[in-house]
Parts: sequence; structure tokens; C-alpha cells
Amino acid sequence: MSFPESLHAAYDVIVIGAGPAGLAAAATTAEAGLRTLLVDENSAPGGQIYRAITTSPLKNSSILGKDYEAGNDLVHTFEKSGADRLAGCTVWSLDRERVVGLSCGGEARLIKAERVIIATGAMERPFPIPGWTLPGVMTIGAGQTLLKSSGLIPSGRLALAGQGPLLWLYAAQILRAGGHIAAIFDTTPLANYISAALHLPGFIFSPYWTKGLGLIREVKRAVKIVTGVTRLEAQGKNKLQTLVWEAGSRTGSIDLDVLMLHQGVVPHVNLAMAAGIKHEWDAIQLCFRPVLDESGNSSIKGIMIAGDGAGIGGAESAAERGRLAAIDTVANLRPDALAQIPSRDNVRNRLAQTMRGRAFLDHLYRPSKVFRIPQDASTIVCRCEEITAGEIRASIAIGATGPNQLKAYRRTGMGPCQGRLCSLTVTELMADERGKSPEEIGYYRLRSPVKPISLAELASIPQDETAIKAVVRG
Amino acid sequence: MQTADVIIVGGGIHGCSTALHLTLRGLKPILIEKDYAGRHASGVNAGGVRQLMRHIAEIPLSIRSMDIWEKIQDLVEDDCGFDSHGQVLVAEDESELAPMRDRVAELNLRGFNHEELIDAEELRRLVPAVAESCPGGVVSRRDGAANPAQTTTAFRRMAERRGARIIEGVRVDTIKRDGGHWYVTAGSEVYSAPVLVNAAGAWGGKLAAILGEPVPLEVVAPMLMITSRVPTFIKPVVILRGRKLSFKQFENGTVMIGGGYLGRAYPDTNETDLDWTQLKNNARTVWDLFPIMREATIVRAWAGIEAKMPDDIPVLGPSRKHDGLFHQFGFSLHGFQLGPGTGDIMAELIATGNTNISLEAFRPDRFETADIGDKHEH
Repeated sequence: MSFPESLHAAYDVIVIGAGPAGLAAAATTAEAGLRTLLVDENSAPGGQIYRAITTSPLKNSSILGKDYEAGNDLVHTFEKSGADRLAGCTVWSLDRERVVGLSCGGEARLIKAERVIIATGAMERPFPIPGWTLPGVMTIGAGQTLLKSSGLIPSGRLALAGQGPLLWLYAAQILRAGGHIAAIFDTTPLANYISAALHLPGFIFSPYWTKGLGLIREVKRAVKIVTGVTRLEAQGKNKLQTLVWEAGSRTGSIDLDVLMLHQGVVPHVNLAMAAGIKHEWDAIQLCFRPVLDESGNSSIKGIMIAGDGAGIGGAESAAERGRLAAIDTVANLRPDALAQIPSRDNVRNRLAQTMRGRAFLDHLYRPSKVFRIPQDASTIVCRCEEITAGEIRASIAIGATGPNQLKAYRRTGMGPCQGRLCSLTVTELMADERGKSPEEIGYYRLRSPVKPISLAELASIPQDETAIKAVVRG
Repeated sequence: MQTADVIIVGGGIHGCSTALHLTLRGLKPILIEKDYAGRHASGVNAGGVRQLMRHIAEIPLSIRSMDIWEKIQDLVEDDCGFDSHGQVLVAEDESELAPMRDRVAELNLRGFNHEELIDAEELRRLVPAVAESCPGGVVSRRDGAANPAQTTTAFRRMAERRGARIIEGVRVDTIKRDGGHWYVTAGSEVYSAPVLVNAAGAWGGKLAAILGEPVPLEVVAPMLMITSRVPTFIKPVVILRGRKLSFKQFENGTVMIGGGYLGRAYPDTNETDLDWTQLKNNARTVWDLFPIMREATIVRAWAGIEAKMPDDIPVLGPSRKHDGLFHQFGFSLHGFQLGPGTGDIMAELIATGNTNISLEAFRPDRFETADIGDKHEH
């Protein structure tokens, strides 16, 4: 794939990410007649949640479930909308002038938009237990990607560990696909049931209530569950062999070929942070999230964020937040077209419905400190540079005060993942060690390229585009 | 109120080095830094430790600094990541080589021997991967590179250990002079000393203007890129003159690509924007000169906030307006190597009233006929 001839030099709207938020946003702005480009890294639309919705080899829709099928409607609406789509295209840069750096098929371009809607969704929270870098240990998100796109389930003896809705959904999907799970180690802190109970009324009236309970019952019938898990250690010489666990005073071990970890998702903030958008620490969801107004406008004029990248809300709310951002965009760029798209009030009401029950889930699945901040000195935090928790603590002792100073001491966050896999752990570990809040400690100062770009791609940017972005020095 | 012998504003390599050298002369400095030591240009520059291709007026400073660099461990108890594999200026063609020949001859006449003209064969020996078409260049063999953040932090730490007070995260609000003393308000505290050093880097122009001695300083954001790891193929730092490039491979295999292309600086908010239309030119130069790099991947890029003077040399030495005021800023994208030596010279100047290195070219009033003002700051 490379850039099509039909690609314009500038757009009214560029939407980044083809998950539910991006699909809904791009469809809405295009329906209003705005020249819209939807850019996505994957070859097929759907994002993570509806990954491979149009191409999945799993013909039996009961395996992935009815919610997954909802992605079809979003894709169909988008396809009729007239928006341009660039698939298999990486966004590596975005700046406050709303110039988007794209690479596709070995070439790069800089394209400017009046509005940019970031819909880059969520990523899995790091789960740094001893041994988490051993071959055989992977994330549930990665496992589900294989299931959706290739119909693959893990072979050999499998256990899941962690917490959160995705864990139970994936477990059910594995069982429906004929797989076997040796055990599930539930790390939900027991105290969370009490703090979450306050939010139970909202949850009971949400769709999650029946669906969630049904899933958990379905899994519990077939799999041994260990609850209240307080310590996990993956052991093995060159690959995973054994998982050692503690649950309060109970301990045990189990031989495994595959261990899949998951403790919830957090907003994927790299692109937004690299653009210079203000973020704040969310003390409930335990992550940084962008500071946004009700429509999704960020601290930078003309750049909006929708979907889980704006704060975790799930797929249905992501689509509504995508529409809200689109409506605001249309209201600013082509107000006479507002009549052609859903009204702001309707979308707002639907969004409120989809957010019901979220507080309960946030409190119930708030991961325990022992699984966010590695207690063992030898646990690796930065996988790219192989830096352990003990090395980070030692650097703090000789003067590293925050994640950016730490780079100079240990090169944490300076490898190919550009901090995606360690930033939250580093921030929380430093905050804990220094007795400060994560907000005070801050995050890595992120920069483009947020995804690696080859020298050849960079050198391929056409010369004449310099004019698009003449630099005013000063 | 807290009193000291000297107040230094700015915790870059220059402020920290001056602080350390003052303590070595038995003086008590207080250093005030609005962010943290090495937060800006001093901590994020390319780390070049270069005597090569310096302005003639800077050469004595640079040589004095080099002597310190070679014993940096003794001074700050940290190797600062310094290596000395030389720096090589590559001529892309014969028309670039001719002026290099003239310059080396001129330096030799003036008694400077650190720059050495090399032919194509020696160039290929030092820089095996360079394009076949390059006819030669200039090498400065004692030069090299260091880790800038590690270095600045090491100076800061040693200055503090020797008795300097380092105050970070506090911005200077007001400065007054009364009865031979400076009174600096920063945060909720007033600091007083007979001597004030302006080592505020990109913010040095603003400070100089407040002190009634404006200079035409431009605040700029030079950009750098780092590639993924590639097999080791080059030891020295390579620079170009015609097209802008500086090029350095680290021990871990990553390659830093710079050359002074500018992004946008926002000094009031500590922010910078990268300008990829400029970095693209940087990438093209590498593509042309180092075919081996064509498959490499850019994994990081950044910019630092730095001061640039119209003549590309610093404002350095005593104020022409106030007793007890010294300037040490405006190093124009190449001040990192000068930090250790310049701190030594400033301390000498403050402690003894004199130094045998001529600072005439760096006088703050040298721009006076020009249209002066801090016009480039946002």
C-alpha cells in the first residue's frame, strides 16, 4: 500500500484511528459534507474492539459475541459516508499547527487539517510481575488480537491472570472456540468489592450487569478460579515453565506453557502528549488522561480527542464521543450542515446511558498497588533497555527526580517502544518512592515520531510541502 | 534573606560549572534555576566535545575546556560519558576542501595545531562508511562527545557537595542593586550577594534586558534525532559545513543525527515543536553521505531551547553597565564543550578580577549600533 493519487494536500478533518470513536466521527463529519480523511494503522477497520470485523476468519459469530457484531453497523455507515480512508498507514507526528505526519508503504507525507480528531483508543496497562518478559508470557489483549484476526487460540497449558471485563470476555471466547484454560488467577483486591458497592445502583441499570455476570458464570462453570491473588511470579529458564502465586496466606504453583496477563486498559496518550496537549492524573482510573471539554476539545485549538483515548468508557461510549466531537467540528466548520447529522442532545443522552455503570467498574477493577509498582528489585520495568525496579530506585537515591531525569541515568523509555510499555510504571514507582503524587512526578516528555519512521520514509517527504509549514522562528 | 558571595542565575552546564569553580576558589555561590539543572539546552544537546571549527576568538576558551574534559573524572567524580574518538569535518567536494586548507594554515600561523587537514585516504580510514566522493576534510583528534545530562548533573552535584547552594524549581522575580549588593527575589526568598552571574541561556537575553544591558538574542530550538541500533561502523563525530549535519554513533549502536536545523521554541512554557520539513533535509543528507544508514529507523527526535547571537559567539565577561555583574550566555548552539573551561575562567575573573584569556570579542556592548531588543522572545 502507498499513498493514493486521490489523497488531498489538506483536509477539513483528519480522524486518527478507525475504532468505534474514529469510525463514528469520520462518518458524521463526512455526512455533513466536510472533506474527511480517516487514517488507521491496520489494514481493516474496527480498531481493537472490532478488530478484523470485516475480515475475521471466525465465521461462527457466537464465539466473539453479539457486541462484536455491532462493529458492522459502524463500518457500513462509515463506508457510505464518503470519507477517505487510508489503511495500513502510521501516524507518527502531530503538532499544534495540526500538521499530521503519515507514513504508508515506505513513504511519508505531512498533511494539514482544520480539525484533527484523535481516536487512538486505549492500551493495556503494564503488568510488571517478576518474569513477565519471559517467552510464553503475553497480554490478553495480544491474545485476543490473534483470536479476532487469525482465529487462533493458544496451544499448550494456559492460565489467565489479572482482572477486568476483558479477562472474562476473552476467557469465554477461548472456551467457546474449544480452548481449555487451566486456571484463572483473579487479582481484584478484595477491598474493591466494598468501594465498588457504593456505585452498584448505577451498574445494575447498565447493560454490563447482565452481560458481565453471564460471562463470569459461563467461565466459572469450566475453569478453576483463584481469587484474591496478591503475588504472581513467572518462572522458567528460557521460557515460561511455572507460575508461582500467593493469595493472602494461600500459595501455590502451576506448570504452564502460556500465561496471559491483563489488568485493564488506559488511554493511549502518546500522540496527544507529543502534540503538546495538557493531561492530568486520573486518581480513580490511575492513569493520565487529556484535559478536555464536553465535546472533546483539547488544550490545543482544533485538536479533539474522542473514545477511550479521552478516558476509558468502552466501545459504545467511544462511538458516541466520536459523534459529539464530529458535531462540534461541523458546528464550527459548516454550521449550515448541522441539520443533516444527529443532534447534540440525542448523542449526549445516549452517551450518558452508555456511561452508566462505569464508576462501578472503575472502582471494582482498580488494580492493586503490588501489581502496578514492582516490589521485587529484579523485576524489569523498561523492557527495551532491560531496566529493573531496583535500578530505578537506585537512580532516585542518587538524584533522579522524575521520568525525564531518569532517562539520563538509565535510558528508561528511550528504546523502540518510546515509553509505551513502561511510562505508567515509572511514574507510579517514582511517585511512590519519593512520596509525591503521580501528577507532581509527571510523565515522560513525549515527542514525535511517536512511532518509528525510517530514514528513507523521512527523506521521501516531497520538497514542495515545505511551504505548508513555513517556520516562524523566534 | 540569604547571603552569599555570588548569585548565579541559570543551572545549565555554564551556571553549574561556574558554581563549582567558585567553590574551588573558596567562594560561596547560590545558584537559582527555574526548572532543574540541565533541563534545557545543557541537558539535551548533541553532547559534542569539539574544538574543531571554532570561531577564532573561542579557541583559547575551547582549549582550556579541553584540558578539563580530559580530566573530568578528577573534577566531578563522574566520567560524564566522555569519549575521545575525534571529530571529523568532511568536505563533500574539492570546493569545500579549499577553504579548510586555508583555515588550517591560518590556525597553524596563530599557533593552534589541534586541527589537521586529512586526505581522502585518511578520511576513509577514520570514517569508513562515508560516501566515496568525499575528497578529505579536517580532524581534531582530541575531540569527542559526552553525555550532556549526565555531565550537567555531575557538575551540579559536585558544586553542591563543595558548598554551593542549588535552588531548583524557583524563578527569579526581581533583581535590585543597592549599596554594592544585588538583591534577587525568587519564590518567597530574597538572596543577596555582591556578585551576580547571568548564566540563563535562552533566558539570558531577557535577564540582560531587565538589567539594562539588552542584546539581540534569538531564542531557537535546535533539533536532534536518534536512530534504532545499527551495527557499529563509525567512531568519531562527523560534521559537515556546506549542508548542515552532525553525526555520532553511540556505543549501543544508535546514531544521533543533528546539524542545527531549527524547530519552534516557546520559552515561556518550556515547549518546543519539531519541524519535520527541516528534519527531512537532515535525513536526506544522511541518505546521500552514509548509504549504510538508509535502512535505519528514527526512533526519537527532540529539540532544546537555546540562545543564538547574531555573530554566533557568546556574551561573556563583565557587564559594561554594572559593577559586580557578569554575563555567561548566548553560546549559540555550541556551548556545551566550553562549559567546564568557561566556568573556570569566570571563577578566576570573579575571584581575582582578571583572567589572561581575552574576552574582548564577547563584550555585551558589541551590538550597540544594531537595533537592540529582546525582539525574538515570545
